[in-house]
Amino acid sequence: MPDTTALESLAEAIATRLPQAIKSYAMSYGELTMLIERDHIEPVARFLRDDSLCRFETLIDICGVDYPERSERFEVVYHFLSMQLNQRIRVKLATDEDAPVASIVDVFPAANWYEREAFDMYGIQFSGHPDLRRILTDYGFEGFPLRKDFPLTGHVEVRYDDLEKRVVYEPVALTQEYRSFDFLSPWEGMTAQIPGDEKAEPAEGGE
Amino acid sequence: MADDVHKAPGEETDRTFTLNFGPQHPAAHGVLRMILDLDGEVVERVDSHIGLLHRGTEKLMEHKTYLQALPYFDRLDYVAPMNQEHAWCLAIEKMLGLEVPRRASFIRVLYSEIGRLMGHIMNITTQAMDVGALTPITWGFEEREKLCVFYERACGSRMHSAYFRPGGVHQDLPQDLIDDIYTFTETFGDVMDDIETLLTENRIFKQRNVDIGVVDRETIMQWGFSGVMVRGSGLAWDLRRSQPYEVYSELDFKIPVGKNGDNYDRYVCRMEEMKESVKIMRQCIEMMPQGEVLLAGSKVSPPRRADMKNSMEALIHHFKLYTEGFHVPAGEVYAAVEAPKGEFGVYLVADGTNKPYRAKLRAPSYPHLAAMDHLSKGHMLADVSAILGSLDVVFGEIDR
Repeated sequence: MPDTTALESLAEAIATRLPQAIKSYAMSYGELTMLIERDHIEPVARFLRDDSLCRFETLIDICGVDYPERSERFEVVYHFLSMQLNQRIRVKLATDEDAPVASIVDVFPAANWYEREAFDMYGIQFSGHPDLRRILTDYGFEGFPLRKDFPLTGHVEVRYDDLEKRVVYEPVALTQEYRSFDFLSPWEGMTAQIPGDEKAEPAEGGE
Repeated sequence: MADDVHKAPGEETDRTFTLNFGPQHPAAHGVLRMILDLDGEVVERVDSHIGLLHRGTEKLMEHKTYLQALPYFDRLDYVAPMNQEHAWCLAIEKMLGLEVPRRASFIRVLYSEIGRLMGHIMNITTQAMDVGALTPITWGFEEREKLCVFYERACGSRMHSAYFRPGGVHQDLPQDLIDDIYTFTETFGDVMDDIETLLTENRIFKQRNVDIGVVDRETIMQWGFSGVMVRGSGLAWDLRRSQPYEVYSELDFKIPVGKNGDNYDRYVCRMEEMKESVKIMRQCIEMMPQGEVLLAGSKVSPPRRADMKNSMEALIHHFKLYTEGFHVPAGEVYAAVEAPKGEFGVYLVADGTNKPYRAKLRAPSYPHLAAMDHLSKGHMLADVSAILGSLDVVFGEIDR
C-alpha cells in the first residue's frame, strides 16, 4: 500500500499547479480522488503523465457512473497508475447526455476502447475520439444498458426463426414479471416515528 | 482463403484485401471477430469486434447483493476463476475494514497460485497449438485437470467455484487435500521440464515467436499493459510485490522478467512464473497455520450450522445474510490483484445498501487486445494468431 501522506502531499502539489482544473480532492480508504472541471481533462491527463511528481503513465481504466438524480447525471472516472512511483490516482468529472468530454486518446491510446465502452454503456459523448463506435453491445443495438433507467431485461430478445431461417429480434415478452425483491430491512436505521411511539417512555441506553 | 481473391487482368499491383477472422475461429481463443486489412500477406490494420460474449455482468451485479454478485467473477476469466473473486473480496473487505483470518489468507494465496498455473498452462499450450505444436496441450492439460480437481475438492466445482468470500474462504481445506497439493508441487516440475523440451529450443516454435509481437516500454505505457505483457519486456512490475495483498509480502518468490518483449520472452516468462508459483504454493502449505477460515461472528459470514439449531439470533442472522445480504458503507474503492493475465481490478461504488451501486471490472486482457492493431501492424497474417495467443486473451473478461 502506498503511504497516504505521500499521496496527500501529491494532491496538494497537483492542486496548486492546476488551480483552475481541480475542483476538490479527497482521500478515502487510502486512495486519492480528484474532482476536476470537465473541460480540463486533457491537460490534466497530460500533466499527470508527464510531471515528475506524478508519472502516472499507465491508464488503468475509464468508466462511467450514472446518478440520475443529479443535474449532470454522469460521472466519468479515470484511474491512473504510476509504475515508477508505485502510486495510483482517481480522477472524476461530471457530464450529462449532451455535454461532450474531451477524449484523451492522444495522451493515452489505451483510452480508445475505454471511451468507446463508456459511450456504449452510458451514451457519454467524447469529443475528438477517432472512432466512437459501440463496442460491447450487439450490432444495431439501441439504448444505453448501464444507465439506471435501462431495464435489466433489456428491450429486445432474439431467437432463431425456423421459417425465416434466421435469427429474429422481438420485444421482450416476460411470462412472469421480473422478480426483484426489496430485502432492505425496515428495522435498521429507521428514524421516522411510528404512530403511537410518542406515548412511550424514551428508552435509556438502547433497548 | 486468399485463393478466393481473383485478380482481374491489369490489377496485379493492387494486392490489398480485407479478411474476416472469426468469430468462430480456433485461434481466436473464444469469440473474437477481427477485420484484417491486408496488403498481400502483410497486415495493415486490425479492427477487433468484441462483445460477442457480452452478458451484461456489471448490470446484473447492480441488481444482486454483494454475495450474489460474487459468482459472476468465476465467469469472467474462466481459466483462473478464483483470482477474479479475490479482487471482489478485497474491494468489499477494504470498504468494510475486515481483516481476513491468517489461514484464509494462505488458502487464498494457495488457490490464486493454482489459478495462475491453470491460466499459464492454458495460455502456453494453446498458443503453442496456434503455431503448430499439438503435443504440449495434451501434456499440459493432464496437469491442469489435476488442478481442476483441487478446485473441486475445495469447493465442489471445477470452474465456477464461488470459494473466496468477503472475510475469508467458504470452507476449510481437508488435510488430505493439502497433502495432495503438496505432492503435486513435487511432481509438477518434471512435467514442466518435459513441456520445455517440446517448446523452448524447438526450431519451429522459435521461428514463429522470436521477434514477433515486440512490446517496448513506450507501448506498455501508452496501451496500459500489465502482467506478463509488462514483465516480458524487462520491467519487473508485479502487484504481488509492489502493492502486496494477503500474505505475499512474507513469501519468498522471484519476479521473472524477459529481455526482448517478444512472444518468445513472454512464453519463457510464463514458464518461469509457474515455477515461482509452485514455490509459493509450497511455502503456503508449510506456513499455513490452523484456525478459522471465515471471520467468525461477523455480519458478512454465516453462523455455524450447529449454532443455528440452538440460537434464534444465529438463525435470524443466517436468514438475513442470505436474503438481504450485508450492507456496505457508501463510498468508492479500487482493489486490484495480479491475475494470471495482468492487473484485474474492481472499481466498486457503494451507496450504503445491500447491492453495489456500480462495479466496474477492469479486465487485463481488454487493453491488451485493444493494442492488437498496434502490435500486428506490419506483421504477416500468420503472426496475427501467434500474437493473439501471446496476449493471453479470454473473452469472458473482455466482453463481461
